[in-house]
Amino acid sequence: MTAYSPRYAGSVTRYVFVESPEMTPSDLAIRAYEISQGVMIKETCFGLQVTGKEDDVDRIVSSLRALDPAHIFVKDRGFPPGDRRRCRANLGGARPGYFGHEFEIGLIRNISKGLEALPGRPPGELPNPPTPSTKPGLDAARLKKIIESQES
Amino acid sequence: MAKVFLYPTTSLILSDLVARFGHTPLSAALQVRERIQTAGLESPPLQITPEEPKKGLRWAAVEVPSGVRGRMSLYGPMIEAAEAAIIINNADYSFGCMGCARTNELIKYLVRKRNIPVLDLEYPQNEEEGVEFVAAIKQFLDTLKGGSP
Repeated sequence: MTAYSPRYAGSVTRYVFVESPEMTPSDLAIRAYEISQGVMIKETCFGLQVTGKEDDVDRIVSSLRALDPAHIFVKDRGFPPGDRRRCRANLGGARPGYFGHEFEIGLIRNISKGLEALPGRPPGELPNPPTPSTKPGLDAARLKKIIESQES
Repeated sequence: MAKVFLYPTTSLILSDLVARFGHTPLSAALQVRERIQTAGLESPPLQITPEEPKKGLRWAAVEVPSGVRGRMSLYGPMIEAAEAAIIINNADYSFGCMGCARTNELIKYLVRKRNIPVLDLEYPQNEEEGVEFVAAIKQFLDTLKGGSP
């Protein structure tokens, strides 16, 4: 067992994803560098990671989000960028994780459409979102009857 | 501003929408960050120590596998702190191993047992569903403490 002392203690890291027809991750990175003021910005294939004091990160993230509000998405990250336990530079291959992001980015254009349509929605109109099916599953007694009918 | 528990706890879409509409998303990253930024003994990759399954006893019985109890030490405090929850039910990617699967079932059970407002949804598969999905989340969040009327 070795002692562990955290890097970047007291900082927060946020992912900024961009899925826009008008903006690329490198465009976003240039804008972020312009207003970074000492906050760490890491450009990635999907957008950015922003690491620093919470207030500074919030300021940068809100400025970036304003560039293309319906196509820029933000979420928290637990690890700072380049952490030896997660960074693929140290793991020798593809990094675990990102499956959820990969899945959700495939659907994110539907969310963008929803965000764009929101201001034009009549007030008081009830939404009808996709909800889980209420159809009951196969009853155990019914399954038993099916099995018995096949055996006889 | 209400604390909103998300399921899947790593969801980008839910995390973004909850923060965008003025509330606090409770996601797994916050719990991971807390452990990563606490000095102690090296326990890679997530700084989950043997103490975590003991903490998980608050939400799962002793005969429940330690993998479930360890995960519950991350999610349990967030469920207790939550003032509302949004659950996406067809998040197949969060299935994982049996530890993940059983923890997911326990999370949903504990959220419903708390009697807080819960919004049940599925992922939108087309643009029309996306419009309704976003509108439903906005309407749900507006009804919470600190939401815009």
